[in-house]
Amino acid sequence: MNYRGPFRIRADRDKPVPQIEHPYDAIVRVTRSLICGSDLHLYHGMVPDTRVGMTFGHEFTGVVEEVGSGVQKLKVGDRVLVPFNIACGTCPFCKQELYGNCHESNPEATAVGGFFGYAHIAGGYDGGQAEYVRVPFADVSPTVIPEGMDIEDAVLLTDVVPTGYQAAEMGGIRKGDTVVVFGAGPVGIMAARCAWLFGAGRVIVIDHLDYRLEFVKNYAYCEAYNFKEMDDPVVFLKKQTDWFGADVCIDAVGCDASGSALQTITGKKLLLQAGSATALHWAVNSVKKGGIVSVIGVYGPPFNMVPMGSIMNKGITLRTNQASVKRLLPKLIDHVMSGRLNPKGIITHRLPLEEISDAYHIFSAKRDNCIKPLLIPPRANLA
Amino acid sequence: MANTSKTFTPPSSKRSENQEPTENFTNVGTPGRIFSLLGGTALAYYGWKKKDSSLGKSLTTAGAYLLLRGVSGFCPVNKALQIDTAHADFEGFEVTSSVTILKPRNEVYQFWRQLENLPKFMEYLKSVKQIDDKRSHWVAKVPKNIISKETLSTVAWDAKIEQEEENNRIVWRSEPNSEVENSGEVRFTDAPANRGTVVQATISYHPPFGVAGELAAKLLNPAFKELVKQDLRRFKRLLEAGEIPTIIGQPSGRKDENY
Repeated sequence: MNYRGPFRIRADRDKPVPQIEHPYDAIVRVTRSLICGSDLHLYHGMVPDTRVGMTFGHEFTGVVEEVGSGVQKLKVGDRVLVPFNIACGTCPFCKQELYGNCHESNPEATAVGGFFGYAHIAGGYDGGQAEYVRVPFADVSPTVIPEGMDIEDAVLLTDVVPTGYQAAEMGGIRKGDTVVVFGAGPVGIMAARCAWLFGAGRVIVIDHLDYRLEFVKNYAYCEAYNFKEMDDPVVFLKKQTDWFGADVCIDAVGCDASGSALQTITGKKLLLQAGSATALHWAVNSVKKGGIVSVIGVYGPPFNMVPMGSIMNKGITLRTNQASVKRLLPKLIDHVMSGRLNPKGIITHRLPLEEISDAYHIFSAKRDNCIKPLLIPPRANLA
Repeated sequence: MANTSKTFTPPSSKRSENQEPTENFTNVGTPGRIFSLLGGTALAYYGWKKKDSSLGKSLTTAGAYLLLRGVSGFCPVNKALQIDTAHADFEGFEVTSSVTILKPRNEVYQFWRQLENLPKFMEYLKSVKQIDDKRSHWVAKVPKNIISKETLSTVAWDAKIEQEEENNRIVWRSEPNSEVENSGEVRFTDAPANRGTVVQATISYHPPFGVAGELAAKLLNPAFKELVKQDLRRFKRLLEAGEIPTIIGQPSGRKDENY
C-alpha cells in the first residue's frame, strides 16, 4: 500500500521488493495482514511525521523467504507471526522485557521503540500491508506459528490480543473487581474478554456504536452501554457502582475519541492538543478513589489536556504502555491453543490486499458493521 | 612522546600564544571587521541613493558607522558592553559528548582501539588504516550538501595516538601540517550500578583556510556538535544491538530520498 495523505491510500504495484540490509534481517512474504485501529489514526492524519509513501501495517503473519547471515532461529520457509514491535533484544529496556520501548530500533528513541508501518516517530519502518516486508532483528520477536494454530488466530496475536490482554493486566484486576472498558473496538473487545481471565467480577463496556456493543456483549460476555443514550457516562457508572466508582477503568480509545464537543473541537478540529482525550477523562472520573486507570488507546505527541487534579486527589494509578508482545506471547499462545481465547472471532471482513483503499474506508467510516478487516495479499497462498 | 601532560590541550593553543596584539585600541575581530566593511558599504550606498528621505539618511548614518568600525577596528558599542573580539584567543573548536553503553568497559575500549572500526559508526569517516601501533591514516568524506550523503571529495590526514591507558582513555593528535588539524580524547569509565560504560569523547579541530575557514567553522560548529553526538549514539547501537537499524531503501516522501 502507499499512503498519499490523510484519507488517501492506494494499492501500489510499483514498490520495490525489500532487500536484506543487515545480517540480522529477514524478508517475509506476507500471508495475512490486518488493519489496526491505530492505523486509522495515521489514516486520519493525526499522527505527526506520517510521510507520504509509507506502507502501514503492523499486524501480519508471513513465510520467511530469505534470512541474513546472522539469523539463527528462523529458516527459509518458516511460517511466522511478527509482533508489531521491533526489538533489538539486548538494550536495557528489552532486557526488562519492555519490548515495545526498545532503545535501539527507533532512531528517535526517546519514547517509543520501532514499530512496523507506523509514522516516522516510530522509526519509519515499512509495514505489513504489503506482499513482502523486511523484518529487522529477525531472531528476537518473530515467532514460528505453532502446529495446529489457525493463521487468522496467529495474525491477531501480533497486536490485538497482546494489547487487549496487557490492558487488562495493567489494570491490576483483583478477584471480583468491576472493570469498565471504554471503547468497543477490537482492542476494547479483547480487553473486556481478557478481564475475565484475571478474575473480574463484572465487566462493562462503553461505546456509541450499537453494532459493536451488540457484538461485544456476545463475544466478551459482558454488559455494554451506549453513552449517547445517557446524560453523562461518569454519573451513569457511579450509579452502577453505588457511587464508589469502578475498580479498574481501561481506556481503549485513544486520541480519536468522540463524545465531548470541547475535546473534539480542541483536539481534532483546531489541533490545540494531540487529539481528544474524552475517554481518558471519563476513565479518570469514573474510577474509584485509589483505583487504577489502564491506558492502552494510542495518544501521540505533543500533549493532551487531562484532569490532573482528579488523578492527584483521587490517588489514581495510571498504567500505560504499548504492548510488549514478545513477553506475552507464550501465555497467549497457550490461551488460544486451549480455546480460552478465540481471537479470529472478531474478524468481520476479509478482503484482497488490492482493495486496501476500500478496506480503510469501511473500517474508518464504521460501515457494514465492521469490527476488524483482514487483508489477504495475492501471493499469500503460494506453496 | 611529544606530550605527556595529564590535561588535554587543544591543538591550536600553541598558535594563539604567538599572536601578539598589534593594535591595542581595536576591539573588533577580523571577521567582524570584514563584515562591517561590506555591510557598511552596502548600507551607505543604498542610503545615499535615497538621501532625500529620512530612511535614506538614517541608513547612510548607519552605513558610515559600520564603515568606520570596519576601517578602524574600534567599536564604541563593543567597548560599552566590554566585548573584545579582536584579542579573543582563538583556540579552535572543541566538542564534548558522552553516551552510556550497556557493555563491559574492556569490550567498549577494545572496539574503539581497533581504529579500523571507527568508520562503522562515524558517518563522515570513510576509512582509518593503522600504519603501526600508534600511527594511523584517516580519510573523511566531505558531503555535497548538508542533507545529501553523496560524497563531494575526501580529506585525509595522519594521526598518532599520544597517550593510552588500557580500558581508560585514548588521546590522539593529527600529525603536524595536516590538512585538518585535529585531536581528541576518549575516556571510558564504569557507569554506576553496573549500567555499562560511559564513553566520553572530546574532539577538537582547527579549521583550514584561516579567517574564512574560522568563520565557516563557527557557523557549522552546532552541526558538528550534533554529528559527534549522533556518532556516539550510533556507536551505542552498534555495540548493544550488533547493528545500526536502518530504513534505507524505503520511500518516505521526502524530496531527498537519501533518508
